[in-house]
Amino acid sequence: MVADFGYGVITIAFLVALYSGGAAIYGERTKSADWIESARRAMLLLWPLISLCAASLIYLLITNHFEVSFVYEVTSREMPTYLKITAWWGGQAGSLVFWSWLMAAFASLVTLRKWDRDREFLPWVIVVTSITTAFFLSLVVFYENPFSFFWQGPNGKLITDAAGNAIKGMLAPMAGASIAIPQDGNGLNPLLRHPGMIIHPPMLYLGFVSFVIPFAFAIAALITGRTDDRWIRLTRRWTLFAWLFLSCGLVLGSRWAYDVLGWGGFWGWDPVEIAALMPWLTGTAFLHSVMIQEKRGMLKQWNMLLIILTYSLVIFGTFLTRTGVLSSVHAFAQSAIGPAFFVFIGVTFVVSVALLIYRWPDLRGETEMKSMLSREALFLLNNLLFISVLVVCFWGVVFPIISQLFTGQTVTVGPPFYQTAVAPLFAGLMLLMGVAPLSAWGHSSLKTLGRAIWKSAVAALVVTAILSFTYTNNLIALVGFFLVVLVLLVTLQEFWRATRARSKATQENFALSFWNLFGRDRRRYGGYVIHISMMLMAIGILGINLFQVQTQGTVSTNNSLSLSGYTVKYDSVAQFPGPDGQQVTRAVVSVYQGNHYLGDLYPRIDYYPTEQQNMTIPGNRSTLKDDLYTILVDWQPASTNGATFKIFVNPLVNWLWIGAILFLFGIIIAAWPDRDAERVPARVHHVNQTESKQSSAAD
Amino acid sequence: MGRMKFIVGGVLILAAVIYLIFSATKANAEYFMTVDELKAKSTSMAGQDVRVSGAVVGDTIQYNAKTLTLAFDVAQVPSDQKEVDAEGGLAAVLHAAVIDPNRARLQIIYNGPKPDLLKNEAQAIMTGYLDSNGVFHADELLLKCPTKYQEAVPNQVGE
Repeated sequence: MVADFGYGVITIAFLVALYSGGAAIYGERTKSADWIESARRAMLLLWPLISLCAASLIYLLITNHFEVSFVYEVTSREMPTYLKITAWWGGQAGSLVFWSWLMAAFASLVTLRKWDRDREFLPWVIVVTSITTAFFLSLVVFYENPFSFFWQGPNGKLITDAAGNAIKGMLAPMAGASIAIPQDGNGLNPLLRHPGMIIHPPMLYLGFVSFVIPFAFAIAALITGRTDDRWIRLTRRWTLFAWLFLSCGLVLGSRWAYDVLGWGGFWGWDPVEIAALMPWLTGTAFLHSVMIQEKRGMLKQWNMLLIILTYSLVIFGTFLTRTGVLSSVHAFAQSAIGPAFFVFIGVTFVVSVALLIYRWPDLRGETEMKSMLSREALFLLNNLLFISVLVVCFWGVVFPIISQLFTGQTVTVGPPFYQTAVAPLFAGLMLLMGVAPLSAWGHSSLKTLGRAIWKSAVAALVVTAILSFTYTNNLIALVGFFLVVLVLLVTLQEFWRATRARSKATQENFALSFWNLFGRDRRRYGGYVIHISMMLMAIGILGINLFQVQTQGTVSTNNSLSLSGYTVKYDSVAQFPGPDGQQVTRAVVSVYQGNHYLGDLYPRIDYYPTEQQNMTIPGNRSTLKDDLYTILVDWQPASTNGATFKIFVNPLVNWLWIGAILFLFGIIIAAWPDRDAERVPARVHHVNQTESKQSSAAD
Repeated sequence: MGRMKFIVGGVLILAAVIYLIFSATKANAEYFMTVDELKAKSTSMAGQDVRVSGAVVGDTIQYNAKTLTLAFDVAQVPSDQKEVDAEGGLAAVLHAAVIDPNRARLQIIYNGPKPDLLKNEAQAIMTGYLDSNGVFHADELLLKCPTKYQEAVPNQVGE
C-alpha cells in the first residue's frame, strides 16, 4: 500500500516537473505571465510531493518491509532505527530520490525568496532546475524504482529471470503471482555504518545540488542576454555554499577512509574519489575567476564555460558515485541507468555550449589584460592550473577506456600517476597563493612584486635551511615546506598590514581592528583564512606522503614492535559482542617512547556475521608531530601464540585535519551574509553605472 | 604585442601540462590483463608491471601469520563487461570460474596481512610481476566482493 502510494506520488512529481519546465518555456516564449505563474506553482509543488514520497520510503525502511526490494537491499532487522533512516541514501534508488528532493528544495528556496528581485532570470532557472529534477525522477520512475516488490509464483518460489536475478516491479510479472516477503534484509554494508559515512553522502549531495543553482542562473543569463555579472552576484553565496558542502564531503570521506579502512592513508585516487574532486576543481577555479569578472569585466566566456563544466561534472560525479560502477572502469555501462546519464550529460552540455557560442560576442571582456604579473593574469594562471589538475584526473579516469579502444589492451594508471602529475601543479598553485595577494589589479611589475615579497621569501628560505639540517633532506619536501612557509608569511603579513592600517585610521585597538577587518571584506579575508588552511593541509599531505614509515610483525603477549622511536607492546586481546550485532576482537597495546609510557591503544577487528565481513579499525595516537596508527591484522586464540600488527607512523598528518577545520571556518567567513545583502534593485533591465555599484553589495 | 605574450605563455603552460601527463602516464602505466592474456604473453611480460584480475579459489588460500606470506590461486575471468553480462553477472562469472577445473589458474604470492575480503569467489585485482616460474608476485592486492547488496536474490522467502 505505502509502496504503491510512494510510487504513485513520485510518478506525479515527475509529470509535474515536466509540466513546470514546459510551462515556463512556453510562458517565456509567449510572454504570458499566467503560464509562468503556473510553472512557478508547479515547481513549488515538487518539494512537498517528493517529501511525501521520501516519507513513504522512510516508513517502509524503518518498519522492515522487506518485500520492497530497496528495503531488502539496504536494511536488516538488527540495524538501529537511525541507520535504517540513513539507508535512504545508502543505495542507488533511494539516493536518486534524495538528490531530487534536495534539488526541489533549493529551487523552491530560490523562487520563494527572491521572485520579485530576480524576475527576469527565474523563469529560466525554473526550466533548468525542473528539467534536472525531472531527469532524476525519470530514473526513479523508469529504471531504479525504490518501491518495486519481489514476486513469487503460485508455487511459493521467487520469480527470477534467466540469470537467476529476482524480477522486481510494481505489478505482478505473471498471473497468479503474489508479493514475496523475505524474512530479513541484506543490511547496509558495515563499512558504511560510520558516522562520517552517514553524513558524507548528504554533504556531497548538498554540494553537488547547490552548484546547479549558479548553473541555472548562468543559463538564464545566456538565454535572456543579460550577460553582465548580475547572475554571478546573485548566486555568489550559492556557489560558496556548494563549495562548503562539497569540501566538507571530501574531508569527511577522507577522514572516514583514515579511520575505518585501515590502510594507513586517507586518499587513494579511486575513480569515485576523483568523481567528487573534479567538480570541486572547476568550482574552485570558478570561485576565483568570477572575481575577475566582477572587478575587471574580463573572462566572461571563461566563467560561463567553468560553470557549465561544473554542472556536467556534478551529474557525472553523481553517476560515478551512485551507480555501482565503483568496482572497475570496465563497468561503466553496467547499470541500466548509465546510458541515460550519458545522454543527459551530453545533451545538457551541448545545449549549454551552443547557448554560450550564441552569446559569445556579448561576452567579450570589457578591458584587455596587459601585464603578465597583474592580479587578473595570476588569477587566470590559477584557473589554468586548476583545469590542468582536472585534465590529469579526467585523463586518469578515462585512460583505460581510451587505451582499450585504440590498442585493444587495457592499460590503467594508479596513484603514482596522479601523484607525479599533480604535485608540480599543486606546487604552482601554492606559489600563486604566495604571489597573487601582493600583485595589483591592472598592472604589476617584477620590481613591485619583488619589493613586496622579498622579506617573506628570505624568511621562508631561512626556515627551509633550518629544516634541511634538523628535519629532512628530501628535496621535494623542502620545496614544499618552503612554499608553505612563504604563503603563510605573505598571508599573515597581509593581515598584519591591514590590521595596523585600520587600527591607525580608526583608533580602534588592535584586536578589534583585526575582527572588523573580516567584516569589511569577508570574501578577501575569508579567502586568506582558506589559503592558510590550505598550507596546514599541505603540511599534513607532505608529511604522510613523503615520510610515512611502516612495519609489521607477529608478537606474543608482553613482546613488542618498534618503529621510529616508538615501542608498541602487545598486552592482551579480548572478544566481545558489539552493539551492532558484530563480534569485536580488541587488542590492547601499550605505547612507549624510549622508556616513557605514553598510553594504551585499542586496534580492533569487527566481524559482521550477517554480511560475513570484517572491518579493521585502527588504534591511533595522534599528535601534532605524528600519528602512531596501529592495526590488528590477525590473532591467535591463545595469546601466547601472538597477534599480528601492522604499524604506521604518519608524520604531521594531523595538520591535515586541523587545516580542514580551519578551511570550513574560512568558507563560512567568506559566505557570511552582509547586512545589506537584500538591498538589490529589483527589475532593473538596463545596466548602468549606479546599478553595478549598488549591486556589488548583493550576495 | 601584449596579446602575443599571453599566447606564448599559454602555449608554454599547455605544453608543460601535456608533457607532464604523458610522462606520468608512461612511467606509471600498468597493463591490465586477464589470467589467460598474461599466460599467453608470459615471456614478453616477465618482470613488467602488470595488473591482473581473477577469481579467488578459496581452497588454495594459504596464510602464514608469522611471516605474513599469503599464497592463493586465481582463476581466469573475462574482463569484457558484455561477456560478463552474458554469463549472468559478476557473481555468476566468479562462481563459474572457481568451480571449473579446466580454467587457467595463476598462483599469487603476496607479502602482508591477509585482507578481510579475501574469500572464495571474490574478485582479486593484483599489481605486481610474473616471475620465470609463472608465479605472480603481487605488491598490491585489491579485493572486490560482488555487491550482494544490489544483486542478490533473497534466499529465504517467507509465507
